[in-house]
Amino acid sequence: MSEIPASAHSADRRTAASEAGGGSPRATAYVCEAASCMSAQSHEITLRLAQGAAEAGLTDVTVKRVGCLGLCAAGPLVEIAETAQVFERVRPDNVEGIIKALGEVKPTDTRRPQGPFFEKQVRIVTENLGRIDPENLDDYVERGGYEALKRVLSDMTSTQVRDEITRSGLRGRGGAGYPVGLKWTTVAKAAGAQKYVVCNADEGDPGAFMDRSVLESDPFRILEGMAIAAFAVHATEGYIYCRAEYPLAVARLRTAIRLAQRAGFLGKGIADTSFNFDVQIRLGAGAFVCGEETALIASIEGRRGTPRPRPPYPAVEGLWDCPTLINNVESYANVPTILRKGPEWYSEFGIGKSKGTKVFALAGRIVNTGLIEVPMGTTLREIVFDIGGGITDGRPFKAVQTGGPSGGCIPAQFLDMPVSYESLLEVGSFMGSGGLIVMDDTSCMVDVAKYFQDFCRDESCGKCVPCRVGTTQLYMILDQITRGEATMEDLAQLERLAGIIQKTALCGLGQGAPNPIFSTLRYFRDEYLAHIVDKVCPAGVCTITPAEVKS
Amino acid sequence: MPVLHAKPHPPSDDKRWKIVETRMRRIGDRPAALIEALHAAQEAFGYLDTDALIYVGDTLGVPHSRVYGVATFYSFFTLKPQGEHTCVVCTGTACYINGAKDILAGLDRDLHVKPKQTTEDGKISVLTARCVGSCSLAPAVIVDGEVKGKVNVDELVAQLEAM
Repeated sequence: MSEIPASAHSADRRTAASEAGGGSPRATAYVCEAASCMSAQSHEITLRLAQGAAEAGLTDVTVKRVGCLGLCAAGPLVEIAETAQVFERVRPDNVEGIIKALGEVKPTDTRRPQGPFFEKQVRIVTENLGRIDPENLDDYVERGGYEALKRVLSDMTSTQVRDEITRSGLRGRGGAGYPVGLKWTTVAKAAGAQKYVVCNADEGDPGAFMDRSVLESDPFRILEGMAIAAFAVHATEGYIYCRAEYPLAVARLRTAIRLAQRAGFLGKGIADTSFNFDVQIRLGAGAFVCGEETALIASIEGRRGTPRPRPPYPAVEGLWDCPTLINNVESYANVPTILRKGPEWYSEFGIGKSKGTKVFALAGRIVNTGLIEVPMGTTLREIVFDIGGGITDGRPFKAVQTGGPSGGCIPAQFLDMPVSYESLLEVGSFMGSGGLIVMDDTSCMVDVAKYFQDFCRDESCGKCVPCRVGTTQLYMILDQITRGEATMEDLAQLERLAGIIQKTALCGLGQGAPNPIFSTLRYFRDEYLAHIVDKVCPAGVCTITPAEVKS
Repeated sequence: MPVLHAKPHPPSDDKRWKIVETRMRRIGDRPAALIEALHAAQEAFGYLDTDALIYVGDTLGVPHSRVYGVATFYSFFTLKPQGEHTCVVCTGTACYINGAKDILAGLDRDLHVKPKQTTEDGKISVLTARCVGSCSLAPAVIVDGEVKGKVNVDELVAQLEAM
């Protein structure tokens, strides 16, 4: 475990330009240093900007590295908050324009970013993204951080905390949508002196990067949410189970944990009360199934990540057989704001039984790939076309895939459907963790189903037969279809087998594995038939050789 | 939990074992530290050889069979030495529909190397990842730890060949 220097206190924290300013700066340039922009040298941009501002004699401006600014497609991004100017595709050798703009900011400028990408969003989980330095606790506190925890510890009982979360209507943001308040109550009432709080940061769905962005941009929020949860369920130890594929998120979490411990927000006697709680990080090792809660527990215990039958649920018998609360990153991220602003405020957002907001990662064939947060009930059309800016190259929309490998593809006819846990289930998909992958007419839906089946058979842990054998069989049939070698009998067999796996697999991975097949069959059966009967791939993705067409 | 067995000595004098030892001790030399220990060993040595597996297992009191089981279960761990450079091709959904298949085909065509293989000269190992979370940069690859977005396969091959 290598030490990560606390850069909040090191040389990389700004330069003379910001320190000489004193008082509040006239203008601030926010430079996105989340993974996506970082890979395009955004750290270099921060340094060049600070240096350039100092050379230009701008003593009352600040250059600040922050987390994700959301519009990843146009990165690296630099934003000047006061004038709401967003500079896109910035290069380290070309920052003069930004320095000039910084110089022109007037003290009276207070604008908010314009355009549907920004205006249609409601930021709760992501309220600090792009605003705070992820490795600076003071930044977080300045924006209301730890207010909720302090109030909880000084004025509230654990029952009151659970009650507020229940009344907010918050549901699990990992995908299944189990009421968070109910889960907390189950853990709190479970017998046992030792209880654990676990944060599931094993964001395995391909095409999903919400949790990564939150962890990289606002790690203290997760720690605060977990501490509140620990108080509410009487736990003193917590684990964050994070993917090893997210080194930047892990590094920032480690730094955040150390800074929080030093400031008395983690460890013994938190915020000068008798409440103790500490957090450790455990790294995943590239197994998708570890997002399943019982497999995740096995992995934290140092074993192969294989799930076990439930009940008993982890809330009663979890980590080392103790009652264990497991929530997803985004669920914990909602907690501090709910307690700060009140459950009634929170439950005003949303639709029906789906309250609050949802963070989505937009990816695929969409103009504005990136991270967005919208109230539940926003329509897919608003998400894809208004916020997302439509399809790349102006091609026709074909489907949007939600819910990862357990989800489904939603066709154009449902674009005006408000998005909620219930509505997505109705159309044969699944909320999942929040990856939205947009597809245009260059995607073949049979090929997409095959892609997800390949994923599932590869990630199957091998414990139960329906998943281990069944997903491979499904893949082989789909492969035959895409090669133009399948018959209508094969299609019937595909549907039959998919139904059996859905009913008999041990965990969510296997039970959800047939979903992409069901949903593509439901809406794009004609594409399957084109492959099987006409031996043609309408999207031109699958290579069906002429010889096969003849036969 | 008391440790009932004598702590084994590291397989060699290599200083990197110290890092592995420290990381195991921090979690209390318990079986629960197994995955963390394997991470430490792989970070230090690049892969997990038999000596590493035996040493970690003996220190934590985990049977060798279980150490091997865990090391082979998780796709992040590798039991073979890697090439000088690694090129991880993301095959997440966003990268897939934006052409990850073509990148893998290009690497196979020009460098004659498939996923989980190393070029004959031992220079470049090609791996795949399920999703590196850089979906906005699709298709993405990670060359020696550095994410490259919106990859053009010919440029990538040229870069790898120049390494």
